[in-house]
Amino acid sequence: MNINATLIGQAIWFALFIWITMKYVWPPLQKAMADRQAQIADGLAAAERGKHEQELAAKRSADALREAKEKSSELIAQAEKRAQQIVEEAKGTAKVEADKVVAGAKAEIDQEVERAKQELRERVAELAVAGAEKILRKEINASAHAEMLVALKQDL
Amino acid sequence: MSADGGTLTTTGYIEHHLTNLAVCADSAKVDGVCTGFWTFHLDTLLVSGILGLVVFGFMALMASRATAGVPSGGQNFVEMVVGLVDQQVRDTFHGKSALVTPLAITIFVWVFVMNAMDLIPVDFLPTALQAATGNHHLPFKFVPTTDPNLTFAMSLTVFAISIVLGLKTKGFGHFMHEVFAVPFGLKLAPINLLFRIVEEIARPISLSLRLFGNMYAGEMVFILIALLGIYQLPLALPWELFHILIITLQAFVFMMLTIVYMSMAAESH
Repeated sequence: MNINATLIGQAIWFALFIWITMKYVWPPLQKAMADRQAQIADGLAAAERGKHEQELAAKRSADALREAKEKSSELIAQAEKRAQQIVEEAKGTAKVEADKVVAGAKAEIDQEVERAKQELRERVAELAVAGAEKILRKEINASAHAEMLVALKQDL
Repeated sequence: MSADGGTLTTTGYIEHHLTNLAVCADSAKVDGVCTGFWTFHLDTLLVSGILGLVVFGFMALMASRATAGVPSGGQNFVEMVVGLVDQQVRDTFHGKSALVTPLAITIFVWVFVMNAMDLIPVDFLPTALQAATGNHHLPFKFVPTTDPNLTFAMSLTVFAISIVLGLKTKGFGHFMHEVFAVPFGLKLAPINLLFRIVEEIARPISLSLRLFGNMYAGEMVFILIALLGIYQLPLALPWELFHILIITLQAFVFMMLTIVYMSMAAESH
């Protein structure tokens, strides 16, 4: 173990390498690492913000969905009510119409009955006259009793 | 194994592996061996310098291309290492200094790659170099951290930086007050000064000798294992795996203690 002038040479090497590290190695690396750290922190913050926004959006969409559901059920209820109303109205109209038809038919029937009665009345009178004629042919003069027959027809 | 003039002795082999490639003026040579202070260990200087230039050049390149976006593989790797060191600094050093983190990064990375040279089999690079130069007696140590010159250079630089940092953050008056009045108060100023000096000397010595001792011992075990011939195979692998832990741990300990010394220098007692 002999100490000699190599010591001085090594000290110069050492100083040179310290200077290189201090000037050219450490500052740019430190800056790059610090910048990257800042970038990562920013990225994480942005991700957090995005997540929060996404949560808000999900909440908003859920709200909108619920609102739409409420509205649609309301609409359906309204439509059902309206349909019932229409049915009720239709029922009413139909009844009125049916009554009218029934009334018309009744009136026609009455008329028909009246006419039949009239006809019958005439036929009965005719038959009575014809019968009487046959019975009374020999003894009764048709013209002499015509006045009486007209009076009879009026009574029937 | 490197042949030593045809005959190979165990002692010669070990000595050869523990000899630095030294250069000095011819006047300083005694029997062809460099003595005296003005000797340079070329191997230590070259290997540590080239490793440092490559690894810090790579890191600077990655840093210059660094973006805050998705990092490339290289950038990611460099960021991982730098981030690990930075975390340690944040946990331990609470002052404000633009120097401490780069200092810690430099120490960890540089010491780690220099230690990692130990994982290359002991004879591999020296033999290749001897074959390339044609000089079969060329000594060359490929693990710079086994040279105390390097570890002392680093620990003394750290020591100097800690003194400067202390003076800068506390001011001269406060610094001097701490030297003379802590821990026993001003009345026992000489004892306080003595304590302080012992403490300040012990730090760089323990810091450098810890790294040097661990790496030197690890290298020695590799050399001894390499001497076993064919029996080295089952031994070299476990020691290699274990050594991966040691080199990382030593780099980490050197860095950690440096951070601790810096924080002690910057914070008041």
